[in-house]
Amino acid sequence: MTKKKGFLDVISENRFIHILLSILLGFLVGAVFLVIMNLSVSAAYGRLINSVTSLKGFSYVVVYAVPYIVAGLSVAFSFKTGVFNIGAEGQFVVGSMAAVVTSIFGASLPKPLLIPLCFLAAMAAGAIWGIIVGVLKTKWGINEVLSMIMFNWIAFYLSNFIAGIPAIKNEGTAEATKNIADNASLLFSKDFIKSAGLAPTANWGFIAAIVATVLIWFIIEKTTLGYELKAVGSNKFAAEYGGISVNRSILTALAISGALAGLAGALQVMGMGKRISIFTSQEGFGFAGIVVALIGCSNPFGVLVAGLFYGALMYGGSKLNLEGVPTQLINVIVGTVVFFIAISVIFENLKRLKGRAAVKKAVAEKEGKK
Amino acid sequence: MTNFVNSLGIILFATLVYATPLLYGALGSCFSEVSGVVNIGIEGMMTAGAFTGTVIAYFTGSPWIGFLCGGLAGAFFGMLHAFATVSLGADQTIAGTAINMLGPGIVIMIAKVLFNSTDTIPLSASQKMPKLFAGTFDTSTVFGRFMDNVFATYVSTYLVFVAVIIVWFIFYKTRFGLRLRACGEHPQACETLGINVIAMRFACVCISGFLSGLGGACVTMALSTQFRPISIVGQGFIAIAAVIFGKFRPQGALLGCLLFGFCSGLKVVLGGSSGVNMHLISMIPYVVTVIVLVLFVGKSRVPAANGKPYIKAK
Amino acid sequence: MAKQYVDMNTPVIEMRNIVKRFGDFVANDGINLTVHKGEIHAILGENGAGKSTLMNQLYGLLKPTSGDILVNGKKIEMNNPRDAIDAGIGMVHQHFMLVQPFTVTENIVLGTEPTKGVKLDMATARKNVVEISERYGLSIDPDAKIEDISVGMQQRVEILKALYRGADILILDEPTSSLTPQEITELIAIMHNLVKDGKSIIIITHKLKEIKESADFCTIIRMGKYIDTVDVDKVDENDLASMMVGRKVTFKVDKPEQKPGEVVLDVKDLHCLDYRGIEIVKGLNLQVRRGEIVGIAGIDGNGQTELVEVITGLRKGTKGQVLVNGTDVFNKPPAFGFQHGVSSIPADRQKHGLVLDFSIEDNLILQNYEKDPFAKKRVLKRDSIFAHASESIEKYDIRPSGSEKRPAGTLSGGNQQKVIIAREVQNDKDLLIAVNPTRGLDVGAIEYVHKYIVDQRNKGKAVLLVSFELDEIMSLSDIIDVIFDGQIVASIPGKEANENDLGLMMAGGGKKK
Repeated sequence: MTKKKGFLDVISENRFIHILLSILLGFLVGAVFLVIMNLSVSAAYGRLINSVTSLKGFSYVVVYAVPYIVAGLSVAFSFKTGVFNIGAEGQFVVGSMAAVVTSIFGASLPKPLLIPLCFLAAMAAGAIWGIIVGVLKTKWGINEVLSMIMFNWIAFYLSNFIAGIPAIKNEGTAEATKNIADNASLLFSKDFIKSAGLAPTANWGFIAAIVATVLIWFIIEKTTLGYELKAVGSNKFAAEYGGISVNRSILTALAISGALAGLAGALQVMGMGKRISIFTSQEGFGFAGIVVALIGCSNPFGVLVAGLFYGALMYGGSKLNLEGVPTQLINVIVGTVVFFIAISVIFENLKRLKGRAAVKKAVAEKEGKK
Repeated sequence: MTNFVNSLGIILFATLVYATPLLYGALGSCFSEVSGVVNIGIEGMMTAGAFTGTVIAYFTGSPWIGFLCGGLAGAFFGMLHAFATVSLGADQTIAGTAINMLGPGIVIMIAKVLFNSTDTIPLSASQKMPKLFAGTFDTSTVFGRFMDNVFATYVSTYLVFVAVIIVWFIFYKTRFGLRLRACGEHPQACETLGINVIAMRFACVCISGFLSGLGGACVTMALSTQFRPISIVGQGFIAIAAVIFGKFRPQGALLGCLLFGFCSGLKVVLGGSSGVNMHLISMIPYVVTVIVLVLFVGKSRVPAANGKPYIKAK
Repeated sequence: MAKQYVDMNTPVIEMRNIVKRFGDFVANDGINLTVHKGEIHAILGENGAGKSTLMNQLYGLLKPTSGDILVNGKKIEMNNPRDAIDAGIGMVHQHFMLVQPFTVTENIVLGTEPTKGVKLDMATARKNVVEISERYGLSIDPDAKIEDISVGMQQRVEILKALYRGADILILDEPTSSLTPQEITELIAIMHNLVKDGKSIIIITHKLKEIKESADFCTIIRMGKYIDTVDVDKVDENDLASMMVGRKVTFKVDKPEQKPGEVVLDVKDLHCLDYRGIEIVKGLNLQVRRGEIVGIAGIDGNGQTELVEVITGLRKGTKGQVLVNGTDVFNKPPAFGFQHGVSSIPADRQKHGLVLDFSIEDNLILQNYEKDPFAKKRVLKRDSIFAHASESIEKYDIRPSGSEKRPAGTLSGGNQQKVIIAREVQNDKDLLIAVNPTRGLDVGAIEYVHKYIVDQRNKGKAVLLVSFELDEIMSLSDIIDVIFDGQIVASIPGKEANENDLGLMMAGGGKKK
């Protein structure tokens, strides 16, 4: 029986089309708000597009995107392994602080040594933050969402506390840490930035983001570790039956996810951030990671693209006020995109109902022929 | 002794003030989670309520209309969440994340349009949530000061304790409550008994938004006098934590919120007097919550059908 | 007792030419059904034949595409279960529709709760429940929580739920699938009591023996089509079976004589606790030798589930030894037992047997994903994994073919079981443990599973079979061990066993060793 693919088939089969449609609808809803506010849609979106398409603009986008991509990988990895790492925020914070502290105390070390050392410290800090939650879960059965929310705040205040310690604090009046050591900076050389016409904060961080993306994809899809973690994430009883240690897997998944969030923090502060301020509220990189992971369908390469998209909106959005448009428009657009991604499951549900009927039919036909 | 009583009064005052918005949010969370819908969008719903409450109170001059509209604004986002998750069977975590972006995004944008600022104009004393028993106690005595600290507090605080009792009654003593709990445990069973699961859950998520909106309005109309983008910073998530802490029971969530509020109160007193670093003191509520969980509470049983979309066959 | 309560002049249910389509798939294709007052009417068909679909339409859970439903001679539009309940129809679903943390009373009154003002009136509810349970002789504890009572008790609660709503017509969907032989006998007695009281019962099943024992008439459905309605007294089990599957089926399992070899599994003085912390296995001894099938016969709840969990490493025991080829695997992780020769077909295939989100190919390597040829230095070798899956799908007839990359959750129950059998048999371990391996499968799939279990025995493996289906135990086992109260109370050669003696011993009578 040959049948042309219907609208539903095309829509439901392709996750990518869902995302594109959702993005389109997001901008549409944004436009509606602009019209309501009596602002020019073309001016606002024109500014948004112009600001990210120049070479300099795009280099800004990449700089913005790096921490989002890596934080997104952290959350995506946790989704794949059956935990919801709402704690990426805290892991990000302790990671960035670990990188700063390491750079301050290791300022005299040469660049090739100090940079990896900072990365390692940040990843270790993030991993520890993840493991604590994992131990609370595996040992005492404490709900991980609850403890992650708590540890986000503990990280937040811990970071503020450390930023105020005399050895770490900025000599000037700023309520912030010292700047990271020059040898821990990922920035391109000033001359190169000038001659190439890039953003002043353009840096090597994107290399780390790409490496992390490929590595995480490899772990999830190609290794026995990925197999174990996914098995535990989907059905821990069957995994245990198959000889996989469930508790060890949960801890490993949280450690890797935490290390990624920590790395994201390091990339942020060693790239464009330079130092950590004493915050008045959470910065939201970890929460952005959740959004990026969702837009990227928890697929590492999807996250890479989604992170760039998110970075473009954040940077482009910061230019919107030049057109008299509130930058919060970006949050509305992204929120709408995520909302439509959420409800795009109706296509899959419809398809599944149809698919189930098709399987029954195929089996029935086969049996009938016997 | 006098100092102790004074400090205790201040701690209790702070406990109630901090716990009130959390408790509204937590009661909201209870409705949604117990009926089987994960709602991490409480934060966004509270933000919507926080903005709407103070703005409407500013324009109408009536704190009561403002408070109510704060609840309705939350309910609007609750309806969005319900539409996505209950009517269409969307992933509840993703939809909740969307609400957390849309809520603040939309209201802050409106703030920019209305006030050309992300902050709203502060409420005057008459537009603010009124206090009960203000001036009833003689503050020249230690005891009077204590009583004034503890009891001369906002009406919204008194209301939330009434609300806890009402919600408890609804959950465990009414037909609606029995069905709502059943929907969160075994929706198919409910359907076979002629209970409309979709309608039940839709209603519960809207109620969840309404209560969260009231909680947000408390922050901007009682705790402070205006809306700022940082008015709601994590209270929604703490409210969810309190519900998990309280094992998905309103009375348990009450304990969770009071514990959290008490630690926040402790923070206020200690922060002023002891020489300990303020940031370390600020950690107390979170650290204590974790410790209490490990020592006394342990595992929290999640309603069996929580988080699973219910899709009816045709 | 045949038809003594049936009033042939009073049809209570008439379903006329019912057609139900899902998309282009026809689940019911012109089905007729007439049920009279006081009648027990069986609906027989294989899994997927459309029995449950038909009943779901009668209960208002699904809407027919075309056809009429008449209740007591009146045409009724069933839009939802409420309409069915109002028309006096009650349904007991195969998977119980009970809220676990609620009490028996709460479950029974849910949806029709008595109230006093705005308040629930639980005192009246409890009184009503006690009254109705006494009236029909279905004793229950109204205050017990569902999660604390046995499956048989839960079924009573389900029946009471329907009666409480004034049901005169009861639909029982696969009511015996999780009951013990004793509970089945009780259920049949309950059914006879109910028809004596003027109720009518429709029972969906694919168990022929139960139809013979309980039903007056039987309607057979095959692949969505109406085949026939027969008077149960005038047909035998073989007639029913061939009408159901459309061909003659043999129930006998061919099993060559063979001498068992050395002991593979040796369980000594095993003790363990159940989930409530109460001792459930109490000094159990058991041996399984090469080339023999040892069947554990017993009523659910006498420790067989826990016994298997301890052997496979999923549960910690309190005392004892579990020797597999001489190595003690007692209180070792599942992977250790697997290494030393234990493979198993778990009771709950969706919970323990498969990762439903995983593809077939990934499910087929569940215990071996780290080993050659599926992985090298912790990196998966996708080509070998795929090749392995293709081979297994072919050899074990897993359908649909070409489904290497399909999630296991999209397969039918029988094919899911085939995936597990393919995996466990290919693991080629000395000991195979099979727990209720044919639960919920249709006749064709059951034959298939039995063939593979006997094959393993013939190849010289030791097989431990745990099943609540006494027929299965009796037709497959070389030795039948009866478990009662956490101990093996009797060990009988399979050929000498008869159902009555076994039933008695399983209930704790006639203790002998």
